[in-house]
Amino acid sequence: MKNLTTRALAGNTLSIARLISQVEREAEGFTEAMHLIHQKVRGVPIIGVTGVGGSGKSTLISRIAQTFRTEGKRVGIIAIDPTSPFSGGAVLGDRIRMTDLINDEGVFIRSMGTRGMSGGLASAISDVAWILDACGFDVILVETVGIGQDEVDIAQIAETTIVVLVPGLGDAVQMIKAGIMEIGDILAVNKADLPGVEQTVAELEAMLDLGDQSNKRPIPIVKTSALEGEGLDVLFEEICKHRKFLETTAPHTELRRRRYEGALMEHVRGRLIRLLSEEFVREKAQPFVDALLQGKTDLHTASTKLLAEIVEKALR
Amino acid sequence: MDRPIRVVVAKPGLDGHDRGAKVVARALRDAGMEVIYTGLHQTPEMIVDTAIQEDADVIGLSALSGAHMTLFQDILDLLKEKEASDILVIGGGIIPDDDARLLEKAGVAAIFGPGAPTEGIVDFIRKRAKR
Repeated sequence: MKNLTTRALAGNTLSIARLISQVEREAEGFTEAMHLIHQKVRGVPIIGVTGVGGSGKSTLISRIAQTFRTEGKRVGIIAIDPTSPFSGGAVLGDRIRMTDLINDEGVFIRSMGTRGMSGGLASAISDVAWILDACGFDVILVETVGIGQDEVDIAQIAETTIVVLVPGLGDAVQMIKAGIMEIGDILAVNKADLPGVEQTVAELEAMLDLGDQSNKRPIPIVKTSALEGEGLDVLFEEICKHRKFLETTAPHTELRRRRYEGALMEHVRGRLIRLLSEEFVREKAQPFVDALLQGKTDLHTASTKLLAEIVEKALR
Repeated sequence: MDRPIRVVVAKPGLDGHDRGAKVVARALRDAGMEVIYTGLHQTPEMIVDTAIQEDADVIGLSALSGAHMTLFQDILDLLKEKEASDILVIGGGIIPDDDARLLEKAGVAAIFGPGAPTEGIVDFIRKRAKR
């Protein structure tokens, strides 16, 4: 593992890819590998892009990446697609929209399934982002499907989050319900060549007015057409402006702290959730279920005792 | 912790008939694998770069245009050059038996012709994938 890490840090693509896999599956030696990685982490910007399927996120990301490339920056892209809860498999198709980037050796694209990891996904992404950072990538773009809690978690890892909407789909209302809007630092109304753009922008503005905007920076709404190439320079400018905003209001050390805190909490949450699905938990629960059925205890007492047993076992 | 088998499904060259590739992609997903579906018109370089970055265990190539001999060989050569020959390469599409034998000699692990049952492909991958 140490050799693999050294080669990855030297920029060898195959090694970077295999290191990511080894860390993902927590292979032997992975904590040592991450230790080496963290020594080389620079704290490069992480930009999250979320939105419902079909909103054009991948195409937008591709364009954003290309702009970073013209600035000579090396770009890492993490593209998440949903894993089937039934089969555990996934079709990861975001790369299709990023064809222009594929033979560019300054771009690394890694696709991941959500893998039913709720709570652990953000932590896995965080590790991959740190690896790419340490191995020489200057900006990391993370694409997720905006359907719920995962996105809110990932927003803890990404410093700038772009929420992508499409005119007329009623996404705005759906997303408000899922809390997605609260995580958007920039709202992009993509496919702005479609009818209904102005209305969507108006709805968003109205919704933002309703929210608490007291001390915060006003959230920009950008109209884009990723395919036509419109609005992309404005979007890119907003990304840079947000970065500057972060750097002036929260110094590098603060951002770094938030990142590690977010990652730590996500790691703990992921481990707890994985723990709960282990067989031994159900076994330990059975006596408590018996006691509940017999009216000998209540849920609160039972869960307290069960928790104690689980944690004790987990820490051993 | 285990992770799913990762398969790149790609159509090299100019052939635009992707139904077979999509059928296989879905079958692999239903079998619990992660399929990196790269779509049409991929060059050998693009396919190999993708497989490397994604740390794929398998590359599945679909070719109906007749260009399989050159394209598949290019991919095998590139994998060797990039020290990634441990990635299992399988193929399907319109490939005559004689060509299939030659390709297998050259390093393609198996060719699954039209009508090949997807269960057979799934089983093969589970047995032979690199991880």
